[in-house]
Amino acid sequence: MERITIDPVTRLEGHGKIEIFLDPDGEVANAYFQIPELRGFERFCVGRPVEEMPTLTNRICGVCPEAHHMAAAKAADAVYHVDPPRTAKLLRELLYSAFYVTDHTTHFYALGGPDFIVGPDAPAAERNILGVLAKVGMEVGGQVIQCRKQGHNVIEMIGGRKIHPATAVPGGMTQGITEEQRVEIEKIARWSIDFAQFSLGIFDKIVLGNDAYKEMVLSDGYTDRTYYMGLLDANNKVNFYDGRVGIMSPDGERVGTYAPAEYRDWIAEHVEPWTYLKFPYLKKIGWKGFVDGAGSGVYCATPLSRLNTADGMATPLAQAAYEKFYDTLAPKPESGGKRLVHHRLATHWARLIELLYAAERMVELATDPEITSTNVRTVPTEKPTEGVGTVEAPRGTLTHHYWTDERGILTAVNLVVGTTNNYAPMAMSIKKAAQSLIHKGTVVHQGLLNRVEMAFRLYDPCFGCATHSLPGEMPLSVAIRNSDGEVIELLKQNC
Amino acid sequence: MSPAAKSSGAAKAAAKPKLAIFGAASCGGCDIAIVNIHEHIVDVAAAFDIVLWPTIMDGKYSDIEAMADGEITITLVSGSMRTDETIHLAKLLRRKSKFMVSFGSCASEGCIPGLANLSSRKQIIDTAFTTSSTDNPENLRPVWECQVPEGILHLPEFEPVLRTLEQVVEIDYTIPGCPPESKQIWAALEAVVKALNGTGPLPPKGSVLGAGDSTVCDECARKRDVKKITKFVRIQEVAGFDPEICLLEQGLPCNGPATRNGCGALCPAVSAPCIGCYGAAEGVVDYGARLMSAYASVVEAMKPEEIDKVLDGIPDPVGQFYRFSLAGSLLRSGRSAWQNDGE
Repeated sequence: MERITIDPVTRLEGHGKIEIFLDPDGEVANAYFQIPELRGFERFCVGRPVEEMPTLTNRICGVCPEAHHMAAAKAADAVYHVDPPRTAKLLRELLYSAFYVTDHTTHFYALGGPDFIVGPDAPAAERNILGVLAKVGMEVGGQVIQCRKQGHNVIEMIGGRKIHPATAVPGGMTQGITEEQRVEIEKIARWSIDFAQFSLGIFDKIVLGNDAYKEMVLSDGYTDRTYYMGLLDANNKVNFYDGRVGIMSPDGERVGTYAPAEYRDWIAEHVEPWTYLKFPYLKKIGWKGFVDGAGSGVYCATPLSRLNTADGMATPLAQAAYEKFYDTLAPKPESGGKRLVHHRLATHWARLIELLYAAERMVELATDPEITSTNVRTVPTEKPTEGVGTVEAPRGTLTHHYWTDERGILTAVNLVVGTTNNYAPMAMSIKKAAQSLIHKGTVVHQGLLNRVEMAFRLYDPCFGCATHSLPGEMPLSVAIRNSDGEVIELLKQNC
Repeated sequence: MSPAAKSSGAAKAAAKPKLAIFGAASCGGCDIAIVNIHEHIVDVAAAFDIVLWPTIMDGKYSDIEAMADGEITITLVSGSMRTDETIHLAKLLRRKSKFMVSFGSCASEGCIPGLANLSSRKQIIDTAFTTSSTDNPENLRPVWECQVPEGILHLPEFEPVLRTLEQVVEIDYTIPGCPPESKQIWAALEAVVKALNGTGPLPPKGSVLGAGDSTVCDECARKRDVKKITKFVRIQEVAGFDPEICLLEQGLPCNGPATRNGCGALCPAVSAPCIGCYGAAEGVVDYGARLMSAYASVVEAMKPEEIDKVLDGIPDPVGQFYRFSLAGSLLRSGRSAWQNDGE
């Protein structure tokens, strides 16, 4: 049996390795997507005091430490049965919204965007941030840098540090912000709304204004009908910091919503012995393997999933963008349920709508009369026991679950991390790309690389998000092996 | 492009020193800290020919292997040594690099993931694959060589212990921090650029770059009254702290006295304790021992048993005293797990 190995060489938390096996007729027999790294946080956090979890679990991911910081603080609140003062929650959400603005901007311009803005058929060497700047103008590069810089300044003002924030603790925050800081944050938030709208304008002009791109977005090769997951506020609108977790079926029916503490009634994690990462799935539907459709428990937790799961956005400009999104890509419901978009490449557009929401939410929070209150902490009075904290990380619903002894020392830890939610859908998207481009042993070389790369990127996987940094390109190598494991052909891109 | 232009471009590129940035087992925060030097990224790109960053895998092995030994001027390695694959790469890069920099806490001292060395490899893997949301009726574990219907799949081997870069290869410099502060990264790179230009001195081998030679307390704006404490408090037990007085003197275990300065004492400035991410201060042989003696000096107790009682207020001593430095500390360096597979 022939074997094709694809090593995407971008990484953060480990990296992905793809093995494609061909059957005797040269068709794809199977594709395996392996994660070759484990660090063991669930083990070595045991024995630590629960109040340290917001800083310890920051170190799970340096790209989204804010997500772990918040999920950990919320889980620790729950362990102590304490409800932080309103201002503390506003500050956490404000920091988190600033992070979303920064993170989604970086993804669009440096990582995912190049495929569209520069074009999927452009030479790989041009499909990067420099190619983007060449197309949209160098001054935009300055704005992207300004956006990142300002976002990290807000994170530092509230969290104490630009990377790995330090201020969220059980019961609230270590300290609040001054009026001077609030004014600065509001200014940055208003700038961010303009920037988000400008970015949606670029998408509109370059992608939606180009029939070839639109056709690609709508093509079957990039369409998967899975369940969707996303955090919902009390009005079933998208929320990043708090709420109930909603599940939407591929037919547009909301299967249900659950409180974070009930997550184990809804999800379980499947194990395969060929990878260090587990595959979460919907427990009530069941693990049916790497297949989509309403009969399979595979679900997706991405910007697209969140829009699909919610009834809309909680802020006016983002809501208008949301309506345009569905009017354009899903003018009619498929089966009487909610209108859904199953086209995975539309995730990039959904991400920009979330960027706009995060910026609008920043303004709401920064102008809340209580944001500068010094009442930021509730001292716990109850005995610590067990608690769950969930936030919506940019790369998927993130859940921390802690158990402690009566001193608040951890006795067990369970983490269901953002990117992990999308492990099975990513594996499926990759197999689909392979199946559409490998027939009778013939590999469409560059096409395969591009397709796998694009299928992988739209999820913004954490093990791939080192490409958030400069080059913004995903080096890949494909080794085609014969049945003896010898490499008979080697293809490379960007490496 | 004409062949002439191409070759002159190549000659120009060859004249620049080569820079490699490699991440082993890490969170990526070090890479983000480098990106956060913002507009100075352009200066880095102008000063160096970046031959590796952030890409690290198979496709690159051959390119790096094809280089002459010492061809890369400077390699920054972040992340710890967790699998056989990362160790192999660290050794390869060492051979190809003139200067090897241990970048950030993971590479330098193991960082928080180094706390994994308190457990065996088996315990770590067992825990991950038996959590309460894991559906694992056959009690499976990842295997380095896995037979699937279509063939064999390989995974890098999870090493029995987590090691620092220096425990695997010789290093030339260290840039501490979790992650290093971006302005310090730029300052360190600028110094290296000057040295390479011949406009500045080359730091002596073994130097710590991008940090101070004192402690976090020295950069902390909080006042120290040399006040004694009779008990330690945990941060959630009190509504807040006096914004001007030393946190340790208010009873909060703060790691400032043992930790190298360079960060700007950011955490104490927001009423959070220093957690020690810049590693041991200059001249400190064992981080935990230094911190313990600093704590002992503020404790108001005469007899050893009284001191013990106050120290009972620190519920997780190994985490408190070796939060970032366990893997690189004297404590772990003689551990039998290094020889016996850590099972």
